[in-house]
Amino acid sequence: MEKINIIIDNKSLQVEKGQTVLKAARAAGIEIPTLCYYELDGVKLENRPGGCRICVVEIEGRKNLAPACATEVAEGMVIHTCSLRVVNARRTVLELILSDHPADCLICPKNGKCELQSLAQRLGVREIPFQGEQSTYRKDLSPAIIRDVDKCVMCRRCETVCNVWQTVGALSAVNRGFQAVVAPAFEQDLVKSPCTYCGQCIMACPVGALSEVDQTRQVITAISDPKKTVVVQTAPAVRVALGEEFGMEPGSIVTGQMAAALRRIGFDYIFDTDFAADLTIMEEGTELLTRIDKFTKGDKNVKLPILTSCCPGWVNFFETNYPDMLDVPSTAKSPQQMFGAVAKNYLTTKLGIKREDMVVVSIMPCVAKKFESQRDEFKENGNPDVDYSLTTRELAELIRQFNIDFKTLPIEDFDNPLGESTGAGVIFGATGGVIEAATRTAYELFTGKKLEKVDFTELRGLEGVREATVDFNGTPIKIGIAHGLSNARQLLDEVKNGNSGFHAIEVMACPGGCIGGAGQPFHHGNFDIIRKRQEAIYREDAGKPIRKSHENPYIQALYKEWLGTPCGEISHHLLHTHYFDKSKHIEIEG
Amino acid sequence: MAKVKLAESKINKIKEICASFGNKPGEAINVLHKVQGEFGYLPAEVQEVIAQELNVSVAQIYGIVTFYSFFTMTPKGEFPISVCMGTACYVRGAEKVLDEFKRELKIGVGETTPDGKFSLNCLRCVGACGLAPVVLIGEKVYGRLTPDGVKDILNEYRS
Repeated sequence: MEKINIIIDNKSLQVEKGQTVLKAARAAGIEIPTLCYYELDGVKLENRPGGCRICVVEIEGRKNLAPACATEVAEGMVIHTCSLRVVNARRTVLELILSDHPADCLICPKNGKCELQSLAQRLGVREIPFQGEQSTYRKDLSPAIIRDVDKCVMCRRCETVCNVWQTVGALSAVNRGFQAVVAPAFEQDLVKSPCTYCGQCIMACPVGALSEVDQTRQVITAISDPKKTVVVQTAPAVRVALGEEFGMEPGSIVTGQMAAALRRIGFDYIFDTDFAADLTIMEEGTELLTRIDKFTKGDKNVKLPILTSCCPGWVNFFETNYPDMLDVPSTAKSPQQMFGAVAKNYLTTKLGIKREDMVVVSIMPCVAKKFESQRDEFKENGNPDVDYSLTTRELAELIRQFNIDFKTLPIEDFDNPLGESTGAGVIFGATGGVIEAATRTAYELFTGKKLEKVDFTELRGLEGVREATVDFNGTPIKIGIAHGLSNARQLLDEVKNGNSGFHAIEVMACPGGCIGGAGQPFHHGNFDIIRKRQEAIYREDAGKPIRKSHENPYIQALYKEWLGTPCGEISHHLLHTHYFDKSKHIEIEG
Repeated sequence: MAKVKLAESKINKIKEICASFGNKPGEAINVLHKVQGEFGYLPAEVQEVIAQELNVSVAQIYGIVTFYSFFTMTPKGEFPISVCMGTACYVRGAEKVLDEFKRELKIGVGETTPDGKFSLNCLRCVGACGLAPVVLIGEKVYGRLTPDGVKDILNEYRS
C-alpha cells in the first residue's frame, strides 16, 4: 500500500493513500467527532453521506472547511481538526441541528446512550441560540419498533442499513427541505411496509428516533401478581453482552450472574432458551436428514436445501420476498417459540397450573422476537406461548430498577427441567452456530458413528456469505451460511435459480448473528465489540461438558416422557409451524 | 398477501415504459416522468408497479416522487390552474391572486376540487414578466390579474 505524508494537528504522519482524513486521524489517535457517519467494518457496511458537517476540518490552502469523512488524504496535506474556525463551525452546525430537536432528553429512550447528547456534552453546548419552527410528525407504533421522527437528524444511517445491508427497502428519505423525513412508502406505518423488524435501524440510529417497544412495565406487573407463575428464558447471545450494560468488558460471560439477577427480580423459574435451541436441533436436524434421505431417493415433493428458521427477521424477509419458496425453510419453530410451546403445554401440566396463569417472558438479543411472539399462529385462544419478549437492554433496565448491583452478584444456575443446555445450544447466538450445532447432531444420527471433533471451524467466521462442505462419512454435505439479509438474498437467488447445490443454508439477519442483534447493548458502530461477543460464545461452548444437543439428558427425558420422537405427532403439532405469503401482488382491477 | 389493484391497460403501459428504459433502477426519474405524462399523476398503485418493474423498493420510488416538485400524486383537474410565483409576479401581487383562487375554489396548492374540474399549482416564471402577475389555465395565459378578476375568470370555465 502506497504511503503519503500528511500533517494533522501539527503531527507528521505517514498514512495509506486513498484513506479519508477521518480514518487517518482516528488511526493516529485524533478523534474527530461524527454524527451521520456509521461504519461496521466487520461486515463492510458504511454510511457516509457527508451530510451533517459535524466532522468538518480545516485544510490549508482550501477556502472551505471539508468534511473529514468524505475527504481523501493527499500528499503534503496540512489539516487542522480543532482550530478556532473549525470549533466555531462545528458548534454552529450542532446548534442548528439541536434547534430542530426536541429537548426531552430526560424521558427519551436513548437518554444516556444518545450520540447527539454526547456530542452536545463534548462540544460544550450550553444554549441553543437559534429559535425557529420545529418539525412535528406522528409517532409510528409497530409491534416491535417505534418511530419518533421528531427526533430524526436525517443522518440516514437507518436508510442505508435497511436498503444496502438488509435490502429490505422499508425506509427511504421522503419529501424535501424542512419536511424531509425517513419513512416507509407513502408515509404509511411500518406495519404496512416490508419491514422485517430486524431492528438494525435502531442500532444505527444515533438518537431516539427509532427504538424498541418497551415491555418492562408489563413484566413487573406480572411478577408482582401472586396468581401468576412467571417463567423466564434467556437467549444464548444475551449472556455474552449483558455485562457491557454494567461497565464490564465486551466479551464478558455473565451467564451465572444473569441467572442470579433474574431470581432476585422475582421470576418463579429461570430457564434457558439454549435448552430450546437443543430441542430445535433435534427437530431441525431430523427434518434435514429426512429431507436429504427422501431427496436422494427421488421424492419430487421434497426440496433441498433446507433453510434455518430460527431468526424471526429472516422469516419475515422470506415471507415478503420469496412467497413462492415457502416450502423450502425448515418448519421448525424458533427456540423462543419452542420454549413457549413446551412451557405452556408441558410445564403447565407438570406444575398443575392453568395456561392462563403462566406468563412466559423471554430475554432476547433481538427486536424481531417481539413481533414473532405476537404472531397469531403462536397463540392458543388468544393466549400467546410467549407473553413478553424483552431485549438485553430492557433486562439491564429491569436489573437497575430492582436495585441490583450486577457486578457483585454470585454465580447461580438455571432451574430445571428447561434450564440445562449443551455447547451446541450456546453457539446459536453467532453466525454459523445453528448449522454447526445441527451438524454435530446430524453427523451422529446420519453416520451412526461418534463425532470425535465437535469444532467445525470452517463454519465459523464473519464473512457475509460462507460455504463449506462437511464430510458425513463419505457423503459430502454442502452448507451455506449468510448473515445480513443482502447476503441471504444472494444465496436465496441462487436457490431460486436452481443452481445452488446446497443441502442446508443458515441465515441470520443481524451482523455476526444474534450477538450483533438489535436488542443488544448499543455498540455505536464499534465492530470489535461484536467480535469479542463472538469469541465469548465459542469460549462458553468449549467450556460446556456436553456439546451435542442430542446428548442433553433433559432433552432425552422430554422426548421419553412427552414428545415421543423428533418430528413425531406432538412435535408436528407444537414445535413446527408454517409460513405465510406476505408479498405484494399486483392484480388486474375488475 | 397485500393486493395492489390496477387496470390491465395501465399495468401494461407502465411495463412498456419501464422496459423502454431497460428496467434500470437508475432510470427511475425518466420512467416517472414518462408515466406521469401518460396518466397525469402518479398514484400509489402506479408507483408500486414501477417499483416492482425496476426492482427497487417502493419507498425509494416514493422518495423520488416527493422530492421533485414536478411529480404529483393528485390527479390534475380538467382545468389546471398555475399561478406564477416568479419574482416579478410575486412583487406585483401574485400571492393575493393565489389566495383568492384558494378561497374561491376552497382548495390548497397541489389540490384538486372534488368535482375534478380545477386543480391549483404554483410555478416559477413563465417568461412573461411584462404581464405580471400571470396565471395559466390549461394553455391559456391571463396577465395583469388582480384578486377581483379571479371570480370572473373561473366563471368562464364553470358553466
